[in-house]
Amino acid sequence: MKALARVSMGPAAFAAIVVLLAIVPLTMPPFWVTLGNYIGLYSIVALGLVLLTGVAGQTSFGQAAFVGLGAYTTAYLTTRYGTSPWLTLPIGLVITFAVALFLGFITLRMRGHYLPLATIAWGISLSLLFGNLDFLGGHTGLTGIPPLALPGFELKSERHFYYLIWAIALCALWASSNLLDSRPGRAIRALKGGLEMVEAFGVDAARLKIVVFVYAGLLACVSGWLYAHLQRFVNPSPFGIHQGIEYLFMAVVGGAGSVWGAVVGATLITLLKQWLQDLLPHILGRAGNFEIVVFGVLMVLLLQRAREGVWPWLERLLPKRASPPVPDAPALPVRRKTAGEGARLEVDAARKQFGGLVAVNDLSFEIRPGEILGLIGPNGAGKTTMFNLISGALRLTAGDVRFCGASIGGRQPYEIARLGIGRTFQHVKLIGSMSVLDNVALGAYLRSEAGVLRAALKLDRAEEARIKAEAARQIARCRLDAHTFDAAGSLALGRQRIVEIARALAADPLLLLLDEPAAGLRYLEKQELAALLRSVRADGMTILLVDHDMDFVMGLTDRLVVMGFGEKLAEGLPAEIQKNPVVLEAYLGGIE
Amino acid sequence: MDLTITALLAQDGITNGAIYALLALALVLVFAVTRVIWIPSGEFVAYGTLTLAGLQLGKSPGTIGLLVGMAIVAGAIEAWSCFAHGQTRALPRRLLLWTAAPLAIAGLVHWLAPLQPPFAVQIALALAAVTALGPLLYRIVYQPLAEASVLVLLIVSVAVHLALTGLGLWFFGAEGSRTPPFSSESFRVGEVIVSAQSILVVLSSLLLILALYFFFGRTLYGKALRATALNRVGARLVGISPNLAGALTFSLATLLCAFSGVLIGPITTVYYDSGFLVSLKGFVGAIIGGLASYPLAAVGALLVGLLESFSSFWASAFKEVIVFTLIIPVLLWRSLTAHHHEEEE
Repeated sequence: MKALARVSMGPAAFAAIVVLLAIVPLTMPPFWVTLGNYIGLYSIVALGLVLLTGVAGQTSFGQAAFVGLGAYTTAYLTTRYGTSPWLTLPIGLVITFAVALFLGFITLRMRGHYLPLATIAWGISLSLLFGNLDFLGGHTGLTGIPPLALPGFELKSERHFYYLIWAIALCALWASSNLLDSRPGRAIRALKGGLEMVEAFGVDAARLKIVVFVYAGLLACVSGWLYAHLQRFVNPSPFGIHQGIEYLFMAVVGGAGSVWGAVVGATLITLLKQWLQDLLPHILGRAGNFEIVVFGVLMVLLLQRAREGVWPWLERLLPKRASPPVPDAPALPVRRKTAGEGARLEVDAARKQFGGLVAVNDLSFEIRPGEILGLIGPNGAGKTTMFNLISGALRLTAGDVRFCGASIGGRQPYEIARLGIGRTFQHVKLIGSMSVLDNVALGAYLRSEAGVLRAALKLDRAEEARIKAEAARQIARCRLDAHTFDAAGSLALGRQRIVEIARALAADPLLLLLDEPAAGLRYLEKQELAALLRSVRADGMTILLVDHDMDFVMGLTDRLVVMGFGEKLAEGLPAEIQKNPVVLEAYLGGIE
Repeated sequence: MDLTITALLAQDGITNGAIYALLALALVLVFAVTRVIWIPSGEFVAYGTLTLAGLQLGKSPGTIGLLVGMAIVAGAIEAWSCFAHGQTRALPRRLLLWTAAPLAIAGLVHWLAPLQPPFAVQIALALAAVTALGPLLYRIVYQPLAEASVLVLLIVSVAVHLALTGLGLWFFGAEGSRTPPFSSESFRVGEVIVSAQSILVVLSSLLLILALYFFFGRTLYGKALRATALNRVGARLVGISPNLAGALTFSLATLLCAFSGVLIGPITTVYYDSGFLVSLKGFVGAIIGGLASYPLAAVGALLVGLLESFSSFWASAFKEVIVFTLIIPVLLWRSLTAHHHEEEE
């Protein structure tokens, strides 16, 4: 799999779409303009779900309720208090922001799938509430909503409204595709690789998921605001749970991995529904919303057979764009590597118990600045457990770990990463569908600061260029330049391990933790890796290396710590360790 | 609100809560073994009531059409997969299991329905017809997706919910039905009148919960299911088939749902689409138990029943809103006390 999912399309294709959209109201009968309006409104909502479901790996069935929040806010304020519609939009957005933040806060910090369940409850409750509150008009709703007006011009006709809807939809598409191709966007896309991975690069995963959920909610709210002023009346029915489900279907059908999937999905579902509602009562000889059976079966088949949706097929028809070379840019800020006296890392009587099993038994050692320390031991000795205790992926049962003198025992992985500890994973954790460049660029997350807003408005380009240039430099240093634009998943496993090292180097850590970096490498590749690690050490970086390969470890490390059954068997120079009888017994079962 | 009303509301709440508890158990069971968040469970509740209602009228219930259709689809899928993998010798056995057996149940129900058998036999037939749908649904929809993420399985579940609701409308029609109570007697306990029906509902729920407890604690199949729930790969390595575990789980869960439908039929009028809200109330209970703990889920479901019953007295228009808003404080509490999430999946 070498083809990469591109997050944006070329300017020519984009211009073609804009022209096509612009001529619809000029040439088509009113029925199609109305349909076009709805597709635009739905696309805005589905876009939020593309980001939430397809990219961030969470989902919501309550988007229709956010649409309702936007619609009812403006409907109520404009009809009751005569507030200007241009003022009700920000008010609706603030309310949506608060609700989405709250829902996200109580669900997304937990393991499991509480957000979708909570949004089902929220989706049902809000539409029932709309229908039962007298001041919102109950089930009949609110009428007499004023049209949107610019000075001297009222947007009363559907044709005029069409341009407003699609202008906003295209802006949302532009902003979202900018967002995906940015520092926060890379982190969002990487959420699929597991929380442990993104947090190792300083990403606060829970916070980021909440951000995406809020973003999706705000888009839905805008759609609702537009809807209210297009229809000029609101009632609870289009904001119920089944509409919420339909929005999700649009995102999934279109292709939940690309912003254009939202438009494709909204178009397909809207047209299909229209067609089925005409067709099915004829075939079945009975009225009723039987199209939901077709939708249901269609979704099951799609998720069984083509989980990526329709967009990837359409994308193949677009002309391929070659990736431009990464331009040079000023370097990102670099950490001072000569930080003071004493040990870089002190492990002080660290203990980890899993139930009755003591995996790490009161282990103590230290890593001095600028050295490569090897942590070795037979299978099951507790090396990887020890490694995870340092990186924060596991919690200490007792004891402490100090980094540059400060305790990091009990800290979250993303906090530990911020202090300057980088790592690789024993089981490679790259985002296979992202390019090597983007994977490595994720490593520089903590050395840059562009947020969602800056990224969405494309105000982050100078910093983004510096991130990309840094990533390209680390890729070149690891001799992976030939693969810069390849999908990371298309590389051989050994190469993928090197990509992980490049990614960790892009974080410019003080201490680099490597978990079996040489596994799966051939002899020459191992020698290259050893040379790379020596040059990294020469730059002042400190390295903790966990590995099985004795030749590799002995030739590279300055000192060794040998573990067996959770305890320290020996510590010393490689030459000493090779002669140590306790170590020999642990590895070879003793010489009788 | 005097004591009599309080007692009446409490009785209603406990009766409904006992039914939600059965559903909550089914949901926790399905999630634990297959990782499926089983939104369509409510449709099987509605099917349970509507099937029994059909049998009451001496009509062949709509469930039969659905059962026949799904048996044929499952047979076709089995035939296809046998030919594709060159396992034609296994085909007769699989067809027997996936097509002939459900068709036999459908035939039996269809044949007995006009004879108006005794009420207990009608209940058994209704349960058999609806329960047979469960494993078929697993085979057709979920088994090909066994390795998919929880998110995909959830979206699939919602799709299945939609399809089954529409099919319910097709097979059962838009009219609602009620079924007769098991008993119309009632007792006086001091000031309070307790209906025998309520006692029967609570007792049979308790009995089923105990039966489940026994099944999981003592029998080999029960232990195998628990093993699969804890570690799918590990279970497979020791010879437990995840497909069998899945089909078995869906049978058991569907039986619980259909039985809930039989219990709820005399209490409220059930329509083809009534199941969704009922199952969501079960979910609220299950979430209180963190989608993992059976006793907590049952307690949570009981709480939902009571809350619903008392809020229908105080603010009947907002009954559902109040019940669903209950998950907010629950989630808030869980999220504030939860430890930092470890790796998902």
